[in-house]
Amino acid sequence: MLKGLVEHIGLEPGRLQFSWISSAESTKYIEVAQSVARNVEALGPATRLVKRRAEVG
Amino acid sequence: MHQYTAKIREIAKRLLESKEVDVFIGYRKGSVAMMNEPVLIREPGKVGLLHWDSNCGLNLCNYLTRRTGRIGIVANGCNSRNIVTHIVENQIKREQLYIVGIPCTGVIDHRGVQRAVHPREIVDVEDEGDSFVVKGKDFREVFKKKDFLRTNCSVCRHRNPVLFDEMVADPVEEQKEVHPYADVESIEKMDPEKKWAFFSQLISKCIRCYACRNACPLCYCPTCFVDESKPQWVGKSIDPTDTMTFHFLRAYHCAGRCTDCGACERVCPVGISMRQFTKKLNKDAEAYFGWEAGLRSEERPPLDVYRPDDYNDFVR
Repeated sequence: MLKGLVEHIGLEPGRLQFSWISSAESTKYIEVAQSVARNVEALGPATRLVKRRAEVG
Repeated sequence: MHQYTAKIREIAKRLLESKEVDVFIGYRKGSVAMMNEPVLIREPGKVGLLHWDSNCGLNLCNYLTRRTGRIGIVANGCNSRNIVTHIVENQIKREQLYIVGIPCTGVIDHRGVQRAVHPREIVDVEDEGDSFVVKGKDFREVFKKKDFLRTNCSVCRHRNPVLFDEMVADPVEEQKEVHPYADVESIEKMDPEKKWAFFSQLISKCIRCYACRNACPLCYCPTCFVDESKPQWVGKSIDPTDTMTFHFLRAYHCAGRCTDCGACERVCPVGISMRQFTKKLNKDAEAYFGWEAGLRSEERPPLDVYRPDDYNDFVR
């Protein structure tokens, strides 16, 4: 439901991912980490829900 | 006088005189038109303050949280569902309560009424059957109530209380053929850029007053995440990112708990439709768990319990 809400307000699908990896699943960990990195690289730098400096004025 | 008002006063008087309850929680007419306010009555002589009409838009459940003693309370559909939620979340015990059920036909959107008679000043608004009369210094206009319902009331599917000890009148007919999530669906169809633009625009006027949180019966934490400073979960400025973080996190805290009572929108001083956040969660709770908040007190809410068949397609 959190993913649904965050994507509903406009976060790009793919930027927020969930996985369950046991400490014994090192290969799965590598696979997931690499694919998350690929997805995020494809999306480019995050601009939403990122605060670089306060935009108050 | 609305027929419910007389009945509420009669019941409150009886309960207070017989000492069945220590306090009776209801509404009284506000000093400003359409702004009925909560009132706590302890003496039978003061029941004349109690009032009911189509402007009782605040949620009385806020006054139940961890209260001791015996309490009488008026509750329409959504308020009664919040009472159930309070019971489920151990904020009040069922035995403490005497619930006076209100078959509700909806609350008027006060902003819509103000727009309709703009720029004239409204002095009083009174119910008259299916209509209501707006009175000012030198005008009197009658409007149909169904044209001015709050958006949550116009798609309400639970007008009658789900939990009560006594009703003030016979149940009203529930609205069928309503599409409560039509607006959510239209946003779901947008691409991420449009969604982000929509929600950024939606909250752009937010002044971070937290009235929405204060009016919400679900927000009863002793210290809210927005007020905490060690650690500071969310920036306190009106920076757009801080504001967006506040709104989506506040909404998420209501996931599977929100009854769409509309108190948050009603109290917003700048008229933000923050129900767009909670409605998405309500829609998903219904789609994934077949759950509408506050209908059943014997079942744990979906986000409170693990079931082997919980949907988990999003987890790798």
